[in-house]
Amino acid sequence: MTDLDGITTSVLTEGLDAHLVVDRATFRLDLALTAAPGEVVALLGPNGAGKTTALRALAGLTPLTSGHLRLDGTRLDAMPPESRPVGVVFQDYLLFPHLTALDNVAFGPRCRGANKAEARVQAAVWLDRMGLADHAGAKPRRLSGGQAQRVAVARALATGPRLLLLDEPLAALDARTRLEVRAQLRRHLSEFEAVAVLVTHDPLDAMVLADRLVVVEHGHVVQEGTPSHIARHPRTDYIARLVGLNLYRGRAEGHTVRLDAGPAITTTEELSGPAFVAFPPGAVTLYRDRPTGSSARNLWRCEVAGLETHGDQIRADLTGELPLTADLTTVAAAELDLHPGAPVWATVKATQTHAYPA
Amino acid sequence: MTDTLESRPRRDRHRDRHRGRTRTAPIPLLVPALVGLAFLLLPLIALLVRAPWRSLPEQLTSAEVWEALRLSLLCATAATVLSLVVGVPLAWLLARTWFPGRGFVRALVTLPLVLPPVVGGVALLLAFGRNGVIGQWLDSWFGITLPFTTTGVVLAETFVAMPFLVISVEGTLRAADPRYEEAATTLGASRFTAFRRVTLPLIAPGIAAGAVLAWARALGEFGATITFAGNFPGRTQTMPLAVYLALQNDPAAAIALSLVLLAVSIAVLAALRDRWMTAS
Repeated sequence: MTDLDGITTSVLTEGLDAHLVVDRATFRLDLALTAAPGEVVALLGPNGAGKTTALRALAGLTPLTSGHLRLDGTRLDAMPPESRPVGVVFQDYLLFPHLTALDNVAFGPRCRGANKAEARVQAAVWLDRMGLADHAGAKPRRLSGGQAQRVAVARALATGPRLLLLDEPLAALDARTRLEVRAQLRRHLSEFEAVAVLVTHDPLDAMVLADRLVVVEHGHVVQEGTPSHIARHPRTDYIARLVGLNLYRGRAEGHTVRLDAGPAITTTEELSGPAFVAFPPGAVTLYRDRPTGSSARNLWRCEVAGLETHGDQIRADLTGELPLTADLTTVAAAELDLHPGAPVWATVKATQTHAYPA
Repeated sequence: MTDTLESRPRRDRHRDRHRGRTRTAPIPLLVPALVGLAFLLLPLIALLVRAPWRSLPEQLTSAEVWEALRLSLLCATAATVLSLVVGVPLAWLLARTWFPGRGFVRALVTLPLVLPPVVGGVALLLAFGRNGVIGQWLDSWFGITLPFTTTGVVLAETFVAMPFLVISVEGTLRAADPRYEEAATTLGASRFTAFRRVTLPLIAPGIAAGAVLAWARALGEFGATITFAGNFPGRTQTMPLAVYLALQNDPAAAIALSLVLLAVSIAVLAALRDRWMTAS
């Protein structure tokens, strides 16, 4: 068992205790995951990181090569998927197209032994709880994306699972619906008393919905912790990009962090040994000519590699002494006459950097 | 691809729908095409021209015709039901599972599609005939005789028609998303329950099309039937056999019977038109 970022994992009698190992020809998933009842854990990572494989292994749809899987002290490894107390919300919901919303939700209780009438009563309660009582008789193709998502959640919860798995639960929705459904899903997840594991590549979904993030890259956990901790202390380029920070690794000596490749960065924190330095793109100021009056100690000569709009700002990708991203207003970008290939000077105040031990 | 199509003006898109289609065809293509079409149509037209329209009502109401038609419909339907009962599970096995020699089994299943039906009839005799590999035991243990019985007709038709159903259902299964079965599994359904309550309704259109196809093939079956079941009016003489027999001594009756089969074929095409006639 590992100890990462102050979260100690140990054998739990309640909740989820898993070590998932799945070997594929070109890919190996090796992931330790624990969660307490009532906790919502997000597996966050880029496409192809193995998040969905992990979810399928938890559901029993992909067999484990080795490792173990315990839920509330019961071993699930050898249990077929239909016997596991696990509910799954699939990415594109996979609502049965030939059944009404009500019968989709009643499907689970029916398979778990309820008779038709009982199952329908239970399903109606769940649909009502999701605010979908009016759509009970609708076939999935007549439901909007948000409604279909809620039916999928109701269907997964109707079997009374001890582990709820959600695969990219908001990915299939458009931006407007997403905002609304995200808030609803957050409410349902916070009411859910057992373990919930959700998989997403969207940091906002992860941070809004989850109590704890587990960042997965190349089939391994690279960092885990609370959303705010991870947002402030990213440990890989992937997370730094996700949370919108420039991230560098080097060796700290006092107020200076000398980077493994490239120049040194002056910081306010006093550290020694391996360290990360992070600063937001908005902390970077750009000049066409070398600034003379600037008090910034961190001054680098760079070249514009690319420009893109980012909200109401311009985000500039810079190469040169220190590769970094900088945000500036459209007006500033026009005044600086920025274009790919343009030479610029970049500065960052020490007070806007953040250094922490690696 | 879609993006570029969407972004083009409407007029261009309209033209795209008819891409590669012109109103004029070069003579070296047009002439053989028309000859081919005429070759397919002329026999049918001849059938209609020479039909004894006047005596047709009388022909079609004769006891022999009704007997043959009743037997044909009964046997073709029984063969279709039998094909469904064993053919759909076989299609599922081929589409959803892996086992050594699966490709070989698949080839075996499709063999009756290309095998001359007469050979199928001979093979059935050697298996289920009174002295056949299995038939001798059926006869001595249970007193069951299959050849030259109505059951024999059903078996012969099933042998020839079932591959059509299996191939059609297997194709539909392969096109269906297997993740629906996985979703059912996570809800507590066993594999069989998932098949019965989720997969089967999803592939119902494919099963229906396969069944219609198998039924039509069974209805027209001649070679295997006459070889394995013989030609006994009222017992094993189906419509195609009756047509063949009638042609020897009463051509008018043969034409009348043929017209009935033609009508049935057109009805089958109409039933399947959404699936095949709209290939463009």
